Amino acid sequence: MSKKVLVLGETREGALRNVSFEAIAAAKKISGGGEVVAVLLGEAVSEFGNELVAYGADRVITVEHPHLKSYTSDGYGQAFMAVVDQEQPEAIVFGHTAVGKDLSPKIASKLQTGLISDVTDIEGEGDDAVFIRPIYSGKAFEKVKLKEDGVVFITVRPNNIASLEREERSGDVSSLSVDITNLRTIIKNVVRKSAEGVDLSEAKVIIAGGRGVKSKDGFEPLQELADLLGGAVGASRGACDADYCDYSLQIGQTGKVVTPDLYIAAGISGAIQHMAGMSNSKVIVAINKDPEANIFKVADYGIVGDLFDVIPLLTEEFKKVM
Amino acid sequence: MNIYVLVKRTFDTEEKLVVSGGQIQEDGAEFIINPYDEYAIEEAITVRDAHGGEVTVVTIGDEEAEKQLRTALAMGADKAVLINTEDDVEEMDQFTAAYILAEYLKDKEADLILAGNVAIDGGSGQVGPRVADLLDINYVTTITSLEIEGETVKIVRDIEGDAEELETSLPLLVTAQQGLNEPRYPSLPGIMKAKKKPLEELELDDLDIEEDDVEAKTETIEVYLPPKKQAGRILEGEIPSQVSELVSLLRSEAKVI
Repeated sequence: MSKKVLVLGETREGALRNVSFEAIAAAKKISGGGEVVAVLLGEAVSEFGNELVAYGADRVITVEHPHLKSYTSDGYGQAFMAVVDQEQPEAIVFGHTAVGKDLSPKIASKLQTGLISDVTDIEGEGDDAVFIRPIYSGKAFEKVKLKEDGVVFITVRPNNIASLEREERSGDVSSLSVDITNLRTIIKNVVRKSAEGVDLSEAKVIIAGGRGVKSKDGFEPLQELADLLGGAVGASRGACDADYCDYSLQIGQTGKVVTPDLYIAAGISGAIQHMAGMSNSKVIVAINKDPEANIFKVADYGIVGDLFDVIPLLTEEFKKVM
Repeated sequence: MNIYVLVKRTFDTEEKLVVSGGQIQEDGAEFIINPYDEYAIEEAITVRDAHGGEVTVVTIGDEEAEKQLRTALAMGADKAVLINTEDDVEEMDQFTAAYILAEYLKDKEADLILAGNVAIDGGSGQVGPRVADLLDINYVTTITSLEIEGETVKIVRDIEGDAEELETSLPLLVTAQQGLNEPRYPSLPGIMKAKKKPLEELELDDLDIEEDDVEAKTETIEVYLPPKKQAGRILEGEIPSQVSELVSLLRSEAKVI
C-alpha cells in the first residue's frame, strides 16, 4: 500500500537544512509511490517551499504565525497537529535535530504511535520498510519496525541518508491558518556558542581534540584547519573535563554522536566512550604521539607525532592544493 | 516542592558489547545509572536543598535496578520507587515506558520532574517528553541551567551547541544535558543512610495497568555489531612528508576532500 508521508522541513540561519532534503528522500522510500508532503512552520517560511519541491516533495504546506518565530514544543506542536488533522498521513519523517528530537515524542504521544528515532538507514520500501538505528551510541545497531498498523514515525540522523538529486519540478505550496495559543515557554534569547555556524551533527569534516591539546589555546590550530575545510571542531570528554573547551563540543557516548565524511582525531587516545561517538565516520585520521593509542585501531590513516607539529603542516598542505 | 526523577539502569560506558542470538549479552557486564540521569538526580537534590521538599527517584525494571536506586538514595534522594515489570512486560518500547511512568505520576501532583535527555543504551530520548505530554504538563529538553524564582522557572538549554535562554513555570518536566552540574559521589554516611531510606516496589497491578495497555508499538527484529574495520595505515617517514602523503591520500584514495 502506498503511503502519504509528512516531512517536517527545517531552516537554520535563513536556509533550509540538508537534513530536511535527506528526510524527503527517506519519506520517498517509506511512501512506496505515495505522496510526500513537506511541512514548514515559522514566521515567514513560504519562500522555501519550492526548494523542498525541487528535492522531491510533491506538495508543501506552510503554517506561518508570529508565535512560530522561535521553536517551542507548544507552538510547533499545535501547528504540526493541525496539519496532521487536515492531511491524515500514514507516515511522518523528522530530522533528528534539536527541534526534531524535542517535538517528535510529543507528536508520537498525541498520535499514540511508536516512534523510531535516529534512523541511519532504511531497508525495503513502503509497507516492508525496516529501519536501522545505532544503539549504545553506535557500538551496535538494531533493525526496528512498527509492530502493528498505525502511523510510521521516524526521525533521521543528519548526514546518513542521501538526499535526492535537485531538479526543477512544480508542486503546490499552500498555507494553513492555525490559531496558536497558550505557549507555556517564552524564548528570551539565544547565545551563539558554536563557531562559524557549522553544526557538529551536520558537519562533513570534524577536527577533534583530546587531552593532548593541553589548553584552551591549543584548540586554535584545530579551529584554523576546520575553518579551511569548512568543518567543525569537536572534543573528547578528557578535553572537556579539563576545561579546554565547552561541553557542547563533546563527542562520545555521553556527548554527540557524529558521522562526518572526515574525522581527524588530534591528541585523542581513543577511550571506548569516545569511539562510540565517532567510529562510524566515513574516514578517520588519527594523530597521536603514542603509537600504542587505541585511536589508531579505528583509524584509516594514522600519523604518529605531535599534533602541534602535524596540524599546522596539514593546514599549510591543504592550502596549497585547495 | 514535590520532585520526581526518572532514572534508567544502563550498561557502563566503558563496557564492550557482545551480541549473541540477536541479543546483547548482559552477563558479567557492569551497570550504572544512565549518566544523563545522574545530572537529573544532582539537580533535583540541589533544587530540594534550596526550596525544600522531597526527591523521589523512579525506575522501571527488575530487582537488579535496586542497586542503582540505592546509589541515587546515597547521593541524597529521599525515596525510591521500582516499578517491577519483569513478570508482566516482555517487550518494552518508549511508548510502554512513558505510559507506565505517566500512570504512576498522574496523581502525585509533581511540581518538577527531571530525567536524562537520552539514555546511552537505546538512545531515543523520547520518554521524558512523552511522559510530559501524557501528564499534560510543559517540558524543556537538554537543559544546562535551571533557576526557580517564585512562579518563574528560568532555563538555559543546549540547542546543537548554542544556548537558548527561556522562561516557563511549574509544573514542568525537564531533561538534563551535560554541563548542567557536576553529579556528586555518594558519601560513606550517605551510603549508610540510603540503606534505611524507603524503596517501594510496585507492579502493573498496583497501578491498575493491563498488560494490553502497554504493549510495545515497535519491534526490534535484529541487533548486530557494526562490521569490523580493516586495520588502517600508519604513515611513515619524516612528519612533513607524512603530512603531504596524508593530504594526497585523502584527496585521491579516500576522496573526502
